[in-house]
Amino acid sequence: MLILLKRKSLFLLALLLTGVVYAKDKQENAENLSAKENQKKEIKEYIMHHLQDSYDFSLFSYTNDAGEHVYFEFPLPIIIWDNGLKVFSSSKFHHGDTVAEVDGNYYAISHNKIYKTDAAGTITPDEDGHATNIAPLDFSITKGVVSIMFTFLLMFFLFKSLADSYVKNGGIASGVGRFFEPIVLYIRDDIAIPNIGEKKHRKYMSFLLTVFFFVWFLNMLGLTPLGINVTGNIAVTLCLALITFLLTNLTGTKDYWLHIFDPLGSTMKWYAKIPLYIILIPIEVLGIFIKPFSLLIRLYANMQAGHIVLMSLIGLMFIFKSWLGSPLSFGLAFAISLIEVLVALLQAYIFTMLSALYFGFASEEHEHHDKIEAH
Amino acid sequence: MEKLLEEFSLGLFVWQTLLFVALLLLLKKFAWKPILDAVNERETSIKESLSAAEKARDDMEAVQADNKRILKEARSDRDALLAEAKTASIKIVNQAKEDAKAEADKITAQAQETIRNEKKAAINELKSQVASLSVDIAAKVLQTELKDQAAQEKFVSELVKEIEVK
Repeated sequence: MLILLKRKSLFLLALLLTGVVYAKDKQENAENLSAKENQKKEIKEYIMHHLQDSYDFSLFSYTNDAGEHVYFEFPLPIIIWDNGLKVFSSSKFHHGDTVAEVDGNYYAISHNKIYKTDAAGTITPDEDGHATNIAPLDFSITKGVVSIMFTFLLMFFLFKSLADSYVKNGGIASGVGRFFEPIVLYIRDDIAIPNIGEKKHRKYMSFLLTVFFFVWFLNMLGLTPLGINVTGNIAVTLCLALITFLLTNLTGTKDYWLHIFDPLGSTMKWYAKIPLYIILIPIEVLGIFIKPFSLLIRLYANMQAGHIVLMSLIGLMFIFKSWLGSPLSFGLAFAISLIEVLVALLQAYIFTMLSALYFGFASEEHEHHDKIEAH
Repeated sequence: MEKLLEEFSLGLFVWQTLLFVALLLLLKKFAWKPILDAVNERETSIKESLSAAEKARDDMEAVQADNKRILKEARSDRDALLAEAKTASIKIVNQAKEDAKAEADKITAQAQETIRNEKKAAINELKSQVASLSVDIAAKVLQTELKDQAAQEKFVSELVKEIEVK
């Protein structure tokens, strides 16, 4: 709450200053204003582009003296299925500027998606602006996939070394594992056991630990200047939430399902329950889906919003171009970065915590019903 | 919502699912299971060590209590022995005193007996000597003073009557 208030007041201050700068700019000519507007548009596009996954791993770009964009980047492999597997380098697209020709077929990128086109690269939009071209099945190794692979390797070697250090060091963690062991224990003792219970928490531990570190590491990677935004991608959060959903419902006990389809139990006669259940059961069934859905939206929206705020503040520096505005934006961006470091951990914690809570519902035993009857 | 659907990329979803599930299974086998097992093992060993230490302390206390009890018993034994010895010594002393007294009494009695016997013998001796002396004296007196037979005899019998031996 305090952070929120602080954030609000800082924003107000920033707005006020924008006003001052704007008033000064007003005196300048209209041509300059439009240049500024162009810059704003460019920054907005840059942010939107950054938030999305990309077909190549660009580190930075600049405009050279001749006025053309020069990118410093790694091209990544494009893998598509279009009447047969086609693999080629993303450098063929030149950032979506050109049409890629592979085995006599032409492909172009429109709105960050690959479409099949003709040699000229025509995209025919429908009345809503969506492309009507054939979109081949796209399994490209995008920037997001590279980041996931990196996290995969990092986590595997990190925790493998922690596990090995126990064997080598007589049951005591050594090296970097000393930092991660308390976190592993925290997840077990303060997330898994209180929510799921001493008896059943073991079978969910692997997922809880993996998802916590996976989300945390990817969130932290998103704060690096590499410009990775994996946990702010709906496909990634959908996958994680889907696994929580499947684990919850596939390991659900008899009591869990009884709670959904017979929430009142034996507290009421069956004929009294019928009118209530017409409303209650759909709500409970909907709840099965809403719970993981909230997980996927929460993580996506938080990470997305964090990136937008941070990048907007960095963008403000270039819009202000003044002694007062730019350092202020920098200070703000720095402060928000610190908050984002906290948010990165917090979102990982919340995702794990709520997953554990849902697993707890799924593995509930009879004592819960006794409590209801006691009311 | 439409924007969300538009943003959704099947390729990334498939890759993410594949990689995440693979990571989950790999970590489960190579990391989480060994880590949690090691931690559990360590925790149980700590618990066991603590309870063992507790037990050792209890044992120690029991041993100390035993020692104290034994010491106390020994002390009371000693006290009892001392008291016994004291009474025994008093008894012995008393016995000795009594014996000595009895002996002394016996010796005294014997001495008195001897004295009495000696006295009797001395008296008898004295008597016989006195008698013989008296007879001698009387004989001499009588020889000189009594010439008359009758007077003599009368006189002697009177004398004899007078003499009373004590």
